[in-house]
Amino acid sequence: MGRLSTVLCGIELDNPVIPASGTYGFGYEFAELYDINCLGTFSFKGTTKDPRFGNPTPRIAESASGMLNAVGLQNPGVDAVIREELPKLKQVFHKPVMANVSGFSVDDYVYTASLLDKEEQVGWLEINISCPNVHGGGMSFGTDPKAAHEVISAVRGAVKKPLIAKLSPNVTDIAAIAKACEDAGADAVSLINTLLGMRIDLRTKKPVLANVTGGLSGPAVFPVAVRMVYQVHRAVSIPVIGMGGVSSAEDVIEMMMAGASAVEIGAANLVDPYVCPKIIEQLPEVMDRFGINRLSDIIGITK
Amino acid sequence: MKQKILRVCAVRQLTGTMFELKLSGIEGMNILPGQFVNVKTEGNYLRRPISVCNAEGDILTLVFKVVGRGTEAMSRLSEGDPADVLLELGNGYDLESCGEHPLLIGGGAGIPPMYYLARQLKRRGIEPTVILGFNTASECYYIDEFRAVSGSVKVTTADGTCGIRGFVTDALEECTGAYACGPMPMMKALYKTLSCPCQFSLEERMGCGFGACMGCTIKTKSGNRRVCKDGPVFRKEDLLWED
Repeated sequence: MGRLSTVLCGIELDNPVIPASGTYGFGYEFAELYDINCLGTFSFKGTTKDPRFGNPTPRIAESASGMLNAVGLQNPGVDAVIREELPKLKQVFHKPVMANVSGFSVDDYVYTASLLDKEEQVGWLEINISCPNVHGGGMSFGTDPKAAHEVISAVRGAVKKPLIAKLSPNVTDIAAIAKACEDAGADAVSLINTLLGMRIDLRTKKPVLANVTGGLSGPAVFPVAVRMVYQVHRAVSIPVIGMGGVSSAEDVIEMMMAGASAVEIGAANLVDPYVCPKIIEQLPEVMDRFGINRLSDIIGITK
Repeated sequence: MKQKILRVCAVRQLTGTMFELKLSGIEGMNILPGQFVNVKTEGNYLRRPISVCNAEGDILTLVFKVVGRGTEAMSRLSEGDPADVLLELGNGYDLESCGEHPLLIGGGAGIPPMYYLARQLKRRGIEPTVILGFNTASECYYIDEFRAVSGSVKVTTADGTCGIRGFVTDALEECTGAYACGPMPMMKALYKTLSCPCQFSLEERMGCGFGACMGCTIKTKSGNRRVCKDGPVFRKEDLLWED
């Protein structure tokens, strides 16, 4: 194992850097810029049973040290993902990929996850029970321990691949939700999804986002994410994937000290499309500076 | 797409809200008319998508309206400042299908991409008629620059203080094809009026500007399309503007 490598549910990653779902499409836009095989893996665009247009525009708003989005799970649907996107991805990415799954009912999640579970390219299933931008699903499963348990155990019964529950920060006790997912058979948890927010245009007096509310991401949420990763890591015995505002090699190390076995990078990809390869390149030097021999040594080291 | 650190060579205020920014460092790049760049600005997280007004030799010219904090920060740049820019974004105009006598129609802050387009058409031996629409004389800009490229430049102002009184639709003429960029009411009026092949350049709030975030998706006759990556130029027959 190399200095940067980490293990996620039995699969070794060359490094802990994972572009987060919704900021990386199905990888091709970035594959035009650099060899995306340098990544640990990446989590592809949130996939649902049926094709979705998503929310009306504007879907994006600026914020201090961050952004709001209300894309609303635009995706071509699981059949098109398997038929069109995965074969295209195979040409440019040769590692196991993380399949991100969303739904509006327990049956939706089970349907989509079972189809993606059969795909050879898929290494992990990341179950998004935390999308704040859709109605009648998404986040409602991730804000109540009972609902989270119900959906994760249903999916668990239907799939063989490692199961990661992606958690919402829009709760009072994220550790309780994480425990419910662990009890339901999740192999790991990833957090945080975006924080629910809103902006108003002073000229029109209307919300900036057509969806009224959206999810806040970017460096603004980083301390919240570090705190939640720290709390969850101490509450569960399964691996934690940390995300939320990570933008540098230093941020990756901080997230791992808080308890993350791997780190997802979201909004930063949209501002600097080369941020992930830059972080991977800078990690050894930053590790040297802080006397870190191997990244796996520092997971959860902060007491 | 390419990422470059460009250098500011000149900043010029054109009207109360319009600015011209010249940046050096684009030598060897393949920038097409109708494409845009995405500019990192001081104090703001997201980049700001700005259409290309000209790209010649080593110099990129951006002409933009100050509408918020991002464009305001851009207007405060001075000579020698670095600018982190993503370039070669978007599809750009199709220059092949406009015929021998195209119309280039720009309204307000939508005028800049027409300048680079006019220059590129002229290099191919095609001299377009240019129609520039403004609200009022004090908001007019780049008229002389366009006149240096085309012998046929028409100006309209809504209040009649410069050129033809009225809107760009009052200055239309026979043509073999049209390119348009401007406010939505202008674009929809042209969509209804023009019967020739038309290409419309659209604007939408963007996250990344290169197709990753799905922040700027619109519905078209050929399905969901990202304004940043599949556009910003769309053909008339693809747009769903019938209503």
